[in-house]
Amino acid sequence: MNVFRFIMQNHGQVLELTLEHLRLVGFSTLFAMLIGIPLGIGIAHRPRFNKPVLASANIIQTIPSLALFGFLLPVPWLGERADRLAVLALTLYALLPIIRNTYTGIRGVDPAVVEAGRGMGLTESQLLFQVELPLAVSMILSGVRVAVVISVGLATIAAAIGAGGLGEFIFRGLAMVDDRVILAGAIPAALLALLADFSVGWLERRLQPR
Amino acid sequence: MPPAAASPVIEFRDVSYRVSGTQVLSGFILQVQRGETLVLLGRSGSGKTTSLKLVNRLLSPTSGEIFVNGAPNGQADVIQLRRSIGYVIQDVGLFPHFTVERNIGLVPKIEGWPADRISARVQELLQKVGLAADIASRYPHQLSGGQRQRVGVARALAADPEVLLMDEPFGALDPLTRDELQREFLSLQQRLHKTVLFVTHDLREALRLGSRIALMEAGRLVTVLAPAEFLRSQDPLASAYVRALGVGLETVADRGAL
Repeated sequence: MNVFRFIMQNHGQVLELTLEHLRLVGFSTLFAMLIGIPLGIGIAHRPRFNKPVLASANIIQTIPSLALFGFLLPVPWLGERADRLAVLALTLYALLPIIRNTYTGIRGVDPAVVEAGRGMGLTESQLLFQVELPLAVSMILSGVRVAVVISVGLATIAAAIGAGGLGEFIFRGLAMVDDRVILAGAIPAALLALLADFSVGWLERRLQPR
Repeated sequence: MPPAAASPVIEFRDVSYRVSGTQVLSGFILQVQRGETLVLLGRSGSGKTTSLKLVNRLLSPTSGEIFVNGAPNGQADVIQLRRSIGYVIQDVGLFPHFTVERNIGLVPKIEGWPADRISARVQELLQKVGLAADIASRYPHQLSGGQRQRVGVARALAADPEVLLMDEPFGALDPLTRDELQREFLSLQQRLHKTVLFVTHDLREALRLGSRIALMEAGRLVTVLAPAEFLRSQDPLASAYVRALGVGLETVADRGAL
């Protein structure tokens, strides 16, 4: 098959772009978790903030990705390097599933369990780390899983602003009207998405509370 | 009944509680003496559970004060206060991701007990509440309702609190299991002499377990009576409860079946 021959011939570059792609997805998911999980916990404990926070994350989700990359281009410091910009945009897109699932997971903990814990004299942080988070962890991870899979796909578009990643092949192939080059980007990207889905899914099942 | 001179372990001093425009508790005055089981009896919404939650500060009174062991509980460190008071609720609220052993041993563990002392304590408590030792390694979903509530009681007793708050602990159990647990509660209480504040809407349970019964209605304390006095009481609400007690049997008797 032509595609495989092309990939074999260019394996160095395929590998390099795959690693770049992973880096974009990895950093953005990490940042989205660092922001999204505490935010999700916060709105689960203070329900009056849940509407505005979830609505904002929803609105971000509706901005077309190419437009968002374009909007962020003139921002100082960020705009200087395409990969910073791409990580920021991907982080913003990954927020919604993570915030929403953290919120749902924490809210889903049986109120009797929380009340018993509080009544026994657990501090709020003991309650959070020993009871609420362990019971919500698989729900939170399923949000992370959705976020990662979305990011792997969206990160291909980051190549449009020169952030690298497997999108390079896709855009180059489109320009050259060469299917082999497009597929050399698309196939590894699809495999990455499947791999991410599978591995986070595995973690999710392992950490499932009984 | 303990002598009047003894200082109460729990004391409600003119306590009121309002939430979003609803007066849940008004001018509540009550003393719980050391070693007694005081039962709060009343229907849903009469303020029983609220009174209980005011003691361990899951709620804070709108006005008035609650004294625990002679000190206003509002000034105590809330975490220490709760750890010194056992708390048992109808829905039990066992931690589903912990084994029975970890459920019972959680507060001792947080308090820094060594591991061998915790597991010895867990075994001791399992025996006290009538459970087999091998149950320690099970998870809550592997237990029956009665076993779960026994674990709930054991967990409340773990750090050996002087005071127990029990909110309809046996309310969700079938009548035979409830009877078993009530019997065990009585024998446990004979050995341990905890100060117990017990909420129920079941007069039968109140008569059986209570050393005194505090009757509540619409956020107010109606009267406090010993079980025997309760049965003879002329109070309209108390006698209504007593009448309701025999209704089932009377109905069958009326049909000529007895």
